Amino acid sequence: MALSLFKILIFPGFFFLSTLALVFEYLDRKLSARMQNRVGPPWYQPTADFIKLISKETVIPSEADHGIFKAIPIFALASTASAFLYIPIWGQQSLFPFDCDLLVVLYFLTVPTITFFLAGWFSSSLYAEIGSIRAMTQLFAYEVPMYMALLGPALLAGTWSVSGITAFYHIHPLLSLLNLPGFFVAIIAAQGKLERAPFDIPDAETEIVGGTFTEYSGRYLALFRMAIDCEMVVLAALISAIFFPALLPANPVLGMLAFLVKTVVVVFLLALIKTSFARFRIDQMITFCWKTLAPLSLLQILIDLIAKGVILS
Amino acid sequence: MAKMMVPLGPQHPALEEPESFNLLLDGERIAAATVALGYNHRGMEKACESRTYIQDIYLLERICGICSHSHSSSYVQAVETIAGIEIPKRASYLRTLIGELERVHSHLLWLGVAGHEIGFQTLFMSVWKDRELVMDILERLTGNRINYGMNTIGGVRRDIDLSESDEVLKALDLLEERTTYYIKVCTEEQSIIARLSGVGKLSKEEALRLGAVGPVLRASGVRHDVRRDDPYDAYPDLDFDVITDDHADVLGRTIVRVLEIMQSYKICRQVIRSMPEGPISVKVPTKIPVGEAFSRYEAPRGEDIHYVRSNGTDHPERVKVRAPTLANLASITNMIEGGYLADVPIVIAAIDPCFSCTDRMIRVQDSRSGQEKRFDWAGLRQYSIDWYKKQGVDLTQAKASRKD
Repeated sequence: MALSLFKILIFPGFFFLSTLALVFEYLDRKLSARMQNRVGPPWYQPTADFIKLISKETVIPSEADHGIFKAIPIFALASTASAFLYIPIWGQQSLFPFDCDLLVVLYFLTVPTITFFLAGWFSSSLYAEIGSIRAMTQLFAYEVPMYMALLGPALLAGTWSVSGITAFYHIHPLLSLLNLPGFFVAIIAAQGKLERAPFDIPDAETEIVGGTFTEYSGRYLALFRMAIDCEMVVLAALISAIFFPALLPANPVLGMLAFLVKTVVVVFLLALIKTSFARFRIDQMITFCWKTLAPLSLLQILIDLIAKGVILS
Repeated sequence: MAKMMVPLGPQHPALEEPESFNLLLDGERIAAATVALGYNHRGMEKACESRTYIQDIYLLERICGICSHSHSSSYVQAVETIAGIEIPKRASYLRTLIGELERVHSHLLWLGVAGHEIGFQTLFMSVWKDRELVMDILERLTGNRINYGMNTIGGVRRDIDLSESDEVLKALDLLEERTTYYIKVCTEEQSIIARLSGVGKLSKEEALRLGAVGPVLRASGVRHDVRRDDPYDAYPDLDFDVITDDHADVLGRTIVRVLEIMQSYKICRQVIRSMPEGPISVKVPTKIPVGEAFSRYEAPRGEDIHYVRSNGTDHPERVKVRAPTLANLASITNMIEGGYLADVPIVIAAIDPCFSCTDRMIRVQDSRSGQEKRFDWAGLRQYSIDWYKKQGVDLTQAKASRKD
């Protein structure tokens, strides 16, 4: 019991996740700064930002629903932290694996977007309202391609468990090459899920100021920021667990290193996408997701089904 | 979903200056838009009347932080016309050089801002980094990065020597290389084209009807450029093209601006190569004879107009400034309506607005009753006298005791 609690709260659970989230935020900011010809922040900047936000005054609009306003950031953070528990880190097994945990992870990852929507909706501010509608519209665009892209590898592996998928591709490393279209779709959909450029439409500052978080300040904003950072870690871990599970040394220390290298590669790709495009308009984003990403993810499923029929039987 | 009214401004991250746009939103589309001016009235025209002609150059230079040379040039041109002064050839070449370098820095600044408005931070960062090159030359030539203080009535205040012109030529080569790259980015990068093309349409007829000026007008396919139509300074001797484009949208305005930068490099090179020798200024009496003059100048944002009337003293009787933004503002609602909310910032930015340069009046609105109040000069004076009287200070007495 005590060991399980330690695992959930400290390592490799919540505390480890938040530390990693701050490190990844730093990496993301530094990488995109270097890509943009800038110097970038020092290593402690994300931590300093977090502490600063926490110590700042919290202003809640008098028209907003106070209870929901305060509770929503906690839901966002809790759901991403829970999702992390079902993703393998240094081995083939996650902390508490069970059948169908891939679906649970995906559900947990949808919860933050719903909380962004609710946060915007209950702030009763114009910009936040528009932002939350955009967040919801965007959700319907990227969520389906993302689910389908992750479904393909699972079909081939014949299991709905993230740990099971990792174990399968560990045995058949070459098969993960078949999942490249899915990887491409997942990376782009992750960009939409994290609401980063070019899909930062729900909080496009030049259009709708702070978007969904316009009215948030102080520690509640800090919690949201932390939740988004954690979401990035979880997504990077999920993508690396499903799409490149090949490099899995038996030694836990080496396994940890391999995990870090793989996730940093994903963060690098995310930063690269962030810096190389202009922000899309919401209609362009939806068209792109349904006309390009969705067919690609269908293709992924097709490839996996054929591979399952031809190679595995 | 019901239609909702969204305020964009007076304080908004998309705007560098205070200005109010009220957008009636139907989903993501703009059903109607209104523009309200008058958040940054600084009383510059009135202030000019209580200063000498020389002091006014420095005041008017500060109308705009970006096209400062344009405003001071336009003003000194007007004063020189009244006084009947012909400035030395070298002075007019130097004015042209600074004016064109200013256009380069203004257009590069605009390109960066445009990148920011469409959420393309990388473009913004790298353009502004390269813009430092032209800022450095301007600093080397004039002593300042902006507000150069180059102009004076009767010529310019600083000469340039050979080593300086060499430096300018070297920097121009580097800038040209970078600008060629940005032209490629703006005309080939798909996500930029997707965001800019077809946005903020303004047909040729509408542009002419609404009196648009500068790159906005040229992007609608009208060949209008004061440098060509009513040449001043060294422009009659120079060879350059007036860039026009037929896109009639934000993409067209972008293309016109980036190509104009290339023309500016061409002009700068010609000016430096054919710079005549001679004095850089002539002596002008402090008192300007009675008369009035109207002067046009092609600022980076469009046609800048100054009107000066003198009464024979060393103070002008009236100075009137029409900044290019005022001419372009009229077409903004036309460009916004029917478009997407996401495009509003870039459409507004595409006229390269300079709202603070434009404002000539302030509107006082009672937030409770919604009643509007406007003051003319005498009314404002009376209001202040009455207000102080209520506080127990009688300003009419104080004025009488002072001798001015």
